[in-house]
Amino acid sequence: MATKSRFYRPSQVVEVFVDIRVQAEDFSVADEYLALRQRMPGNTGAVASFAGLVRDAGPAADIRVAEVQTLYLEHYPGMTERSIGDIVNQAAERWPLNDVVVIHRVGELAPLAQIVFVQVASGHRSAAFAACTFIMDYLKTAAIFWKREDTAAGRRWVEVTDEDRERASAWETKESDR
Amino acid sequence: MISVSVLFFASLRDATCTDSMEVSLPDDSDLTALMQRLQQDLGSEAIAALQAENVRIALNQTLISPTGILQDGDEIAFLPPVTGG
Repeated sequence: MATKSRFYRPSQVVEVFVDIRVQAEDFSVADEYLALRQRMPGNTGAVASFAGLVRDAGPAADIRVAEVQTLYLEHYPGMTERSIGDIVNQAAERWPLNDVVVIHRVGELAPLAQIVFVQVASGHRSAAFAACTFIMDYLKTAAIFWKREDTAAGRRWVEVTDEDRERASAWETKESDR
Repeated sequence: MISVSVLFFASLRDATCTDSMEVSLPDDSDLTALMQRLQQDLGSEAIAALQAENVRIALNQTLISPTGILQDGDEIAFLPPVTGG
């Protein structure tokens, strides 16, 4: 779902290329970067991206945590894409962005599989870094996904950690960094 | 009578042993009427899971506070706490 979205900032209207994909298929970081290079506007000076992978152990550093055999990602078609769109819109209102790609996989994923990708292009690195982190922090806590870890000992629905919650809520008080 | 779709995700699908139901209700029913009906159909253990403090409800894919009259064709989804990324 690639769209050009208009964002209104004081005294200017800017167009941001936004592409949000929720898919079972894998993705190529290289292809996404090449595609961005083809379409990016001339004032693009910075690209920050993040790729998240499936870890093969539970979040706790605890030897009793059984090894994760499969991570299962569930979503609510339609509402999930909109929840990501809301996060991207907040980022685009906060920083001057040119291009945002968010890819989130669903279904069954094996350890070390790619699960999520965020790529942000902006004029300068501070906005690109900050917006990329902001989007990831909110994907963890506000996007409509549910993760289940399937281990030899059974299945377990993953809960948001306090650290993830704190990282997202910290943005509410942080000044935007342009 | 109206007919509404009810969706259960993730841990709530496990708790109710179903991912969706079509429920017929009298005209002018609200969420309380739906919950009473679900209690009959799913049992009190499943209802307790749906009524947990951290469960959110979406009406036609928009998060709502549980008030108002349901319309024919409405989609009501029960969402446990999310974990993406």
